[in-house]
Amino acid sequence: MAGTKIDKRQTPFVQPDPQTPVVTVGEVVEIVEQMIGTIRGDLSPGALQLYGELEDLARFIRSTREELASIGADDIRAHDIPSATDELDAVVGATEEATGKILDSCDVIAEIAGELSPELSARATEAVTNIYEACNFQDITGQRITKVVNTLQQIESKVGQLLGAFGPPTAKPDAEVAKPKSAKPGDTRPDADLLNGPQLPTAANSQDDIDAILASFD
Amino acid sequence: MSVDMNMEILIVDDYRTMLRIIRNLLKQIGFDNVDEATDGSMALKKMREKSYGLVISDWNMEPMTGLQLLKEVRADAKLKGTPFIMVTAESKTENVIAAKQAGVNNYIVKPFNAATLKMKLVAVIGNF
Repeated sequence: MAGTKIDKRQTPFVQPDPQTPVVTVGEVVEIVEQMIGTIRGDLSPGALQLYGELEDLARFIRSTREELASIGADDIRAHDIPSATDELDAVVGATEEATGKILDSCDVIAEIAGELSPELSARATEAVTNIYEACNFQDITGQRITKVVNTLQQIESKVGQLLGAFGPPTAKPDAEVAKPKSAKPGDTRPDADLLNGPQLPTAANSQDDIDAILASFD
Repeated sequence: MSVDMNMEILIVDDYRTMLRIIRNLLKQIGFDNVDEATDGSMALKKMREKSYGLVISDWNMEPMTGLQLLKEVRADAKLKGTPFIMVTAESKTENVIAAKQAGVNNYIVKPFNAATLKMKLVAVIGNF
């Protein structure tokens, strides 16, 4: 679809000048192929050079499509980044909960410290203060992780745009790519396929579940 | 059979914080003789040098995992009777089954508390 509007599904990489018509990568491929198809007969040196350039362009687009397919760009967008985001959200939740408990306990200790001798009370209070200070990490790490989550979401959307611009990947290189066996690529440990914890709280077996599984062997 | 509160316990984890937490929880429960290793191969080496009454091990460590350690222990004539508790963030059913088939005595999922640890210790070594 040639026109002056941005095709939302095939957003170009360069910020468009409102005066200039926008061309998508898909259209470029079409134009290049048409032009290559129309070149016939004896070619002048200039036409020959143009023909060469066009062929290079076609090859570049083809190889980019193949590369996008081979790195499993679709999986990155559909699976890898959303699951990384969920993991990070779980980190924030877990540190928040633990920090809450630490601070609750500090409150109790501080209360007890008030009933001690002045010297002991001062020492206990100082230690409690140190814990409070250290617990600042929750706020900082939470903010940092939120930043990373935002970055991941941007990458996710850019990968989506890239895929849209270059059309659907030509072929899936390997069905295995869609379902990584281990959390860590290239892991050679014999039980690597069993090492992908911790599971997210919603998908995890509880201690009671595990006790029941163990009991089923008896 | 009464439990020897002075027995040597080997705790295995690649996270220093977790070793510290387990050591402290064991101390609260009444066990003071605790030795540490940071992966399966280090644990195995220690077990061949000294006799331990109990091993509490993480699973996901490098180079040797807790499951590999467990299999090595169960395959070793001298070590195979050592009680072995897996403490891991791996909570999948297939993991529990794999550990059980390798001969684990109990399985604790992280995060855990002192009460769970004590309950599993009682289940494995008897009441104390």
